[in-house]
Amino acid sequence: MNTADQYLKTIYVVQKQEDGPASTGSIADALGVSPASANEMIGKLESRGLAEHEKYKGVQLTDDGIVKARDALQTYCIIERFLANVLAVDEFRAEARELEAVIDDTVADRLDTIIDREPECPDCFDPETDACACLDVAAVPAEPEQ
Amino acid sequence: MYANGRIDRNRVVGVSVSQRIGSDDQLARLLQIGIVLEEVVEARAHHHYQSLDAELDEEIEALLADAAEESADHRERLEALVEGLGVDSVPFDEIESLVDARYGRTQPDDFDGVLYDQLCNEETAYKFYDDLIEAIEASDVEFSIDRAELMETLRTIRADEAEGVSEVTEVMERR
Repeated sequence: MNTADQYLKTIYVVQKQEDGPASTGSIADALGVSPASANEMIGKLESRGLAEHEKYKGVQLTDDGIVKARDALQTYCIIERFLANVLAVDEFRAEARELEAVIDDTVADRLDTIIDREPECPDCFDPETDACACLDVAAVPAEPEQ
Repeated sequence: MYANGRIDRNRVVGVSVSQRIGSDDQLARLLQIGIVLEEVVEARAHHHYQSLDAELDEEIEALLADAAEESADHRERLEALVEGLGVDSVPFDEIESLVDARYGRTQPDDFDGVLYDQLCNEETAYKFYDDLIEAIEASDVEFSIDRAELMETLRTIRADEAEGVSEVTEVMERR
């Protein structure tokens, strides 16, 4: 997942939580970057027609931006689910965050062929737990369906 | 998440925007993912091969057999690296069972579909190794396995995947 996708995903989640535009400060905090870096990337997203930034109000994703953000969130869910259910990683949330920058969407799509993801994904993503709400975290390596 | 009415941003989406590998554990996990990708390719190629039995196509059959053999070889090389890092590999039969269980849902329905799936396999693997090599190059961490050997193995595998993309593309163009 590239940096722009990570921003889109973050803006999408913060926007939903705040039920309105996401402030640059919130986005920078969530990503652990400086407000200047966040501003720079938000400018790039704006120029690509993926976000709109209104001074003193914040950032809102355009329809195209929402589609890309949901794709990025889905990729993140695939990584979490793969780590938890296939590799039986206990700290799958922390590891998913570490690995998401190195795992491309096409790679996640291939991993998706062996995991059992819910059709409502990525709406099942729960920001409070930073994980898919349908994910059975107690699960050991998934048993194949008979 | 909401402490004193404020959102704890670090718990919301504390993502990393860096594309570097910071530890042996992280490297081992990525190599494990590589092993799983190879296992998926191998198991899917086997399924495709079986599905072609009724109407044998020698060119595709040879392509799939080569792909499965190459994936098995890559898997062994990656397993040697993972073992050097003191981490367990991912048993092939476990991944094969998962592919078996889910294959019907994503099964290509004709020869063109099989070739396209194979192309996706090769391209995905190439992209994975390319990103992995880039992330290791960007890292100054000293891993507990020999870096030169690690990079040589990954670059060789990446070259094989690039060759695989060309081979499948050539077959697709001829048909």
